[in-house]
Amino acid sequence: MADVNRGNRPLSPHLTIYRPQMTSGSSIMVRITGIAVLALGLFVAWWLLAASTSAEAFSGIDGFMRSWFGDLMLLGGTWALWYHMLGRLRHVIWDFGYCLEVEISEKMGLGMFIGATVLTVFTMIVV
Amino acid sequence: MAEFTLPKNSRITVGKTWPKPAGATNVRKFQIYRWNPDDGKNPSLDTYFLDMDKCGPMILDALIKIKNEIDPTLTFRRSCREGICGSCAMNIDGINTLACIYGLDEVKGDVKIYPLPHMPVVKDLIPDLTHFYAQHASIMPWLETKTNRPAKEWKQSIEDRKKLDGLYECVMCASCSTSCPSYWWNGDKYLGPAALLHAYRWLIDSRDEATGERLDNLEDPFKLYRCHTIMNCAKTCPKGLNPAKAIAHIKQMMVERAH
Repeated sequence: MADVNRGNRPLSPHLTIYRPQMTSGSSIMVRITGIAVLALGLFVAWWLLAASTSAEAFSGIDGFMRSWFGDLMLLGGTWALWYHMLGRLRHVIWDFGYCLEVEISEKMGLGMFIGATVLTVFTMIVV
Repeated sequence: MAEFTLPKNSRITVGKTWPKPAGATNVRKFQIYRWNPDDGKNPSLDTYFLDMDKCGPMILDALIKIKNEIDPTLTFRRSCREGICGSCAMNIDGINTLACIYGLDEVKGDVKIYPLPHMPVVKDLIPDLTHFYAQHASIMPWLETKTNRPAKEWKQSIEDRKKLDGLYECVMCASCSTSCPSYWWNGDKYLGPAALLHAYRWLIDSRDEATGERLDNLEDPFKLYRCHTIMNCAKTCPKGLNPAKAIAHIKQMMVERAH
């Protein structure tokens, strides 16, 4: 009986039907912000490299980084950096065996979103 | 590499809409995943209507009512109707749980029911759990001993027995493993929350004498370490267990052993 059409069995739906969770949402954001910070880091490296290369090389990238889009990128990147840092901090706490209950993990997840936003605003004020 | 979209043969089409019950005032809409291995078609989402004044309180009551009164071809597993056999695990209203202990009143609006996510479908709401069971078997879910058998039973102190609470209650319904994105993308190699919870249940059993071998078996980039503490498992477990915590403790045992 169990052998009926085994080769062509459909895969049941997953991402599209699973209700968004604070647990998985805050987790995937750690990875997304990590990649975003890496991408931004490349731009910053390019900026610094250009500064040490020539005036022409620098003016191009400098203009881009100081444009409204560059500002937006740096602002987003700042949020991503803070979020990622708080996310890794949560992993450190978990790795020591603490705060592994669902409720507290969800609170920490929410705290990461709020915390990253507050810290970004704080960074904007200071810088 | 993870496949985020469904293969061509798995895309869901619009299914049949079954007639509403005549003369009913308290009608509820159910949308249920259907797939028949015999007709060669893609899966579809069928729509049913039930008279809630003549229906039991649980999701399983509604499924049985549909099967009895509207569509006898609707196929699903169920047995104990009290959350101990683990047969009727499915995706209800976007989360994995047991149909028999999930109340119709816990769902707002229309009731959407799918099989457990990212599994091969045998028919309708029945996933193929062969691989899931094989992974459970791979963690040696039994007492391993080396010392001579005691004259009577293997004894355990009350304190040591308490360490198994929150672990032994697992009914192997597969809700947790199939809620885990890591298991979705790497379920072929990652053991998943259910098997790992069982692994920990034997690792911390004071009577077990194969802790080293058990940890050796799990020391692998995929089997254990694909857990990224996403915690969908603990969030969805219908028995209120916490596989994520058990897995974190296995990781700690690995570190403690290395130092």
